[in-house]
Amino acid sequence: MDVFLQTLVAGVLKGGLYALIGIGMTLIMGVMGIINLAHGQLMMVAMYITYILHVAGVDPYISLFVAMPALFLLGCVIQRYLLNPLLKVETILPENQVLMTVGIGMVLTEVVRFIFKSDYKSVSTDYSNATFFLGNISFSVALTISFLIAIAFTVAMFFFLIKTDIGRSIRATAQDKDAAVLMGVNTGRITIVTFGLGSALVAAAGSLLAPVFYVFPDIGGPFTARAFIITILGGLGSTVGAIFGGVTLGLAESFGATYISMDYENIIGMTIFVLVLLFLPGGFKRLTKV
Amino acid sequence: MKKNLVPLIVLAVLAVFPLVVEDNYYRHLMIMFLMWVVIGSAWNLIAGYTGQVSFGDAAFFGSGAYAAGLLSHHLQLSAWWGLAIGGFVAVAVGMPFGWICFRMRGAYFALATLALNEVLRHSAAIAEGFTGGMVGILIMPTFVSKIPYYYVALALAVASMLSIQWIVHSKPGYYFVSIREDQDAAESLGIDTHFYKMLSLAVAAFWTGVAGSLYMNYMGFIDPDVVFSLHDISIMAILVGIVGGVGTVYGPAVGAFIMVTVQEFFRSGFFGLFDFLGRATGSAAVESMAKTITGAHVLGFGILVVVVILVLPNGIVGDWPKIRNVFARNKIAA
Repeated sequence: MDVFLQTLVAGVLKGGLYALIGIGMTLIMGVMGIINLAHGQLMMVAMYITYILHVAGVDPYISLFVAMPALFLLGCVIQRYLLNPLLKVETILPENQVLMTVGIGMVLTEVVRFIFKSDYKSVSTDYSNATFFLGNISFSVALTISFLIAIAFTVAMFFFLIKTDIGRSIRATAQDKDAAVLMGVNTGRITIVTFGLGSALVAAAGSLLAPVFYVFPDIGGPFTARAFIITILGGLGSTVGAIFGGVTLGLAESFGATYISMDYENIIGMTIFVLVLLFLPGGFKRLTKV
Repeated sequence: MKKNLVPLIVLAVLAVFPLVVEDNYYRHLMIMFLMWVVIGSAWNLIAGYTGQVSFGDAAFFGSGAYAAGLLSHHLQLSAWWGLAIGGFVAVAVGMPFGWICFRMRGAYFALATLALNEVLRHSAAIAEGFTGGMVGILIMPTFVSKIPYYYVALALAVASMLSIQWIVHSKPGYYFVSIREDQDAAESLGIDTHFYKMLSLAVAAFWTGVAGSLYMNYMGFIDPDVVFSLHDISIMAILVGIVGGVGTVYGPAVGAFIMVTVQEFFRSGFFGLFDFLGRATGSAAVESMAKTITGAHVLGFGILVVVVILVLPNGIVGDWPKIRNVFARNKIAA
């Protein structure tokens, strides 16, 4: 029973962070209708920012306030100068934007590799390996704090989208771009802000993950893969879905690692992905209708 | 007739190439180029003509390569059997995914191929007893000389291009384009879009798998990270298609030539130019620069993706009038 509960806790804690990664992606996907395959790489950049600040003596949770604005700007620049121009040209493939994000991801990874080499860096703080116990179940301190911050961001994001003007504009653009333009929404600017927000959210996840993961240039790829699994699980463009998707993936990975084999951790996500496509094509959005 | 002249001349040049050029390095590059013509043409059929972008060509490529490798590893059959079987293995691997994903709109297919690729890569790494795991599979090459491989590759390149050209100019080809342009309209005309997408995928997977088998035979060594590589195979296949020209018959061939050249260009540090400069000047700064540039070849590749998509979204063949205009204007200005 303890093993079961322990796995459950580990899965949920990991799932909270996954949710944060997924929300950024689902936001971008919902508004722009493109898959951002540079998502994990943006997170990797944020992790390196956290690492640099850590070397300079700044706590990862404080470097959150540097990494998020920095990635917000980076996201805005990417959308403004690299992705938006693609909308104007006539091409055969609508997926050009997706290919562009692949290119951006490669450039980000390689620039970082160029500067920092491929070495594994670690952002080790005194709470990186610290744990506390509730009964017989151990909680990683770093993951628990991250989980709480991730939940806070997720809730904030949800209310931002529902209550504020910009949030409403974002949702309007996501629902129907042309109608949004007619209602006076500057959709061009909204896409830029959205990509920035998505990047900032994944930057938060990066800073929060930095104390518990090794940092290296290729860490982006697997997280891009996870982000899109979460997005598909939750339903494209659904914030609430992303939370469910993130926690589901976290749980599945933990249980898979405990009860099947560590080797299969990476395959489990993909298997879920295929199962969801087969049996629940709209993702959890279909069930919750949010 | 004039329209067919250029390909025929190119073919003639390719046919005599290994007899004229003795250097094995350039023969190797040409074999790689011909292999990429096969893969690029296949990608172009499913993505450029049918509009279903595949992000996981490595899945088909690797299936073909492993089919050939496992045949010789377990059954002691010649790996050349892979050329006959590898393509069908790739089709068998791709079909279920197409069957699931083609019923949905949007990016599902692209994502599923990406996922398929990851699943296969991890599976090949985990199933050590069967595939050799991360150690990979090593076979004895049949020929010492590169010339036989060259002609096999040339035959495959020509066969794949002819077959794909034949398909796109026959009834299914027009159906493919109609699906790409407007799926609803195609459906309303009674086209079974699901079936034709599957058909397109089958042909594309087949040729990619065959190319994988060729790779196994030629290189004599594969491991999961090489043949299921997202960057080196899947992205490269997309680039070959995009750079050359999406939805054009000769685009992938042009793209393959450019991409193989560019890849080698970056990998060898501008064809050894910097090494040469370093040795000639004896300056440590230039030598370290040479090392840096060869180290950053993937970066150069990534920048190329970004620039090509921004400047030439339809590829060199697709945007040829645009390129010609730029040069024409320059001539007038000069």
